[in-house]
Amino acid sequence: MRITCPNCGERDRREFYYQGDALALSRPASDAGPEAWDDYLHNRDNPAGDTRDLWFHEAGCGAWLVVERNTVTHAVHKATLAEKVKR
Amino acid sequence: MGYSGFRVIKEGLFGQKGWKPVWRDPEPKAEYDAIVIGGGGHGLATAFYLAKEHGLTNIAVLEKGYIGGGNVGRNTTIVRANYFLPGNSEFYSHSLKMWEGMEQELNYNVMHSQRGLINLFHSDGQRDAFARRGNAMINQGDDAVLLDRDGVRELLPYLDFDNGRFPIYGGLYHPRGGSARHDAVAWGYARGADQRGVDIIQNCEVTGIDIEGGVVKGVQTTRGAIKAKKVGIVVAGRSGQVAAMAGMRLPIESHVLQAFVSEGLKPVIDHVVSFGMGHFYISQSDKGGLVFGGDIDFYASYAARGNLPMKEHVMDAAMTLMPMIGKARVLRSWGGIMDMTPDGSPIIDKTPTEGLFIDCGWCYGGFKAVPASGFSFAHLMATGNHHDAAAKFRLDRFRSGVGLLDEEGTGSQHNLH
Repeated sequence: MRITCPNCGERDRREFYYQGDALALSRPASDAGPEAWDDYLHNRDNPAGDTRDLWFHEAGCGAWLVVERNTVTHAVHKATLAEKVKR
Repeated sequence: MGYSGFRVIKEGLFGQKGWKPVWRDPEPKAEYDAIVIGGGGHGLATAFYLAKEHGLTNIAVLEKGYIGGGNVGRNTTIVRANYFLPGNSEFYSHSLKMWEGMEQELNYNVMHSQRGLINLFHSDGQRDAFARRGNAMINQGDDAVLLDRDGVRELLPYLDFDNGRFPIYGGLYHPRGGSARHDAVAWGYARGADQRGVDIIQNCEVTGIDIEGGVVKGVQTTRGAIKAKKVGIVVAGRSGQVAAMAGMRLPIESHVLQAFVSEGLKPVIDHVVSFGMGHFYISQSDKGGLVFGGDIDFYASYAARGNLPMKEHVMDAAMTLMPMIGKARVLRSWGGIMDMTPDGSPIIDKTPTEGLFIDCGWCYGGFKAVPASGFSFAHLMATGNHHDAAAKFRLDRFRSGVGLLDEEGTGSQHNLH
């Protein structure tokens, strides 16, 4: 698996640290209640197919990326800087 | 018909013509008292114990593929009870005891071999941690022996003891640990369940779960609708998809775990051995293949095959620990889909839907749990009460934060186990 970092170009998967579902970008408000926080911290759609997850370009530019890829084929469609997705 | 030494000889004399298929291939009925979704080791064991312990025989196991074709036939077959935390400790202890009686219980040779498991350590700190774990195992009533370097050398003379970076300090020896023939476990439980009247329905994928007013009514399948008062979900890596049919999101992320097997060799590795400074463990199958593996690839995946970096890590660790392995050739590698929970421990619980139960989250350790998981899940489905041995495997422990079972002590968060 290779990921095309918007800053560095196509790089080996080993340069990246996997954080998990890009749900991590949608942090609930501190008073959102236990259900919202349980959903955010633990519960996952866990799709077999296209997914969006967060990767950290640890051995590269140090950027957080939102990677769109397929969990069944391992095809990587697109990587976007998380800061741009967030805005 | 039962198996015996006498029958093996008799069939040998008469051209092996007396053997018959050991489970039927029934059409699904319109209604059952209970349905188990998933015909893997855990699902088949659940059906077997529902029939044997609770007298529920009007039940079906629905399997989308074939029996033995999922994780139960894709794992590295290690059986052990070396857990530390209360909750896990009594469960795996219970499971190992069930393994020790399994072949008699099933009248089926699962080739369970208690050849001993040795977890190596390579530093003073690691020795302390293993001594503590060994004490927990002994307190639970299981066996553990702390071996020093010479003790390990006596059992495993082929290791590289003086490796410059990771010298071997000793090992935690669990004599009752070992391995088994994985698909025989599936076949044995399938046969036992079938003999008690359970319908094992293969090539039958569940496509929906029927719920009315918060109560489960049955399932939709590729072979038609089937009604049932109770439904158990036991589908490992596919738990997310099946739970979604009941409107649930689970604290589970599916990951890929790779395994490897070498060409067949003469007996060379007599135990199950794990390296303490990298992700690598190994045993030798009765066919002679070296069966070994490492850690998950660490990204969500349903591909059932992994990427090269983890392969490289496993081979690196193997060469570091036992340089002789460099002469063996890897025959094949594959991946399994692991239902990973945030704390690395399983779930056996009711769901918010009445009559719907779930057994999942076995991470990369489901094989050794097959008998006790089936036994405990059958108990829960039949009686509505948690079995003592599995009482701490609650679904709501993540939401409440109470009773988390973080065996590795790394934190209760996805991507840490």
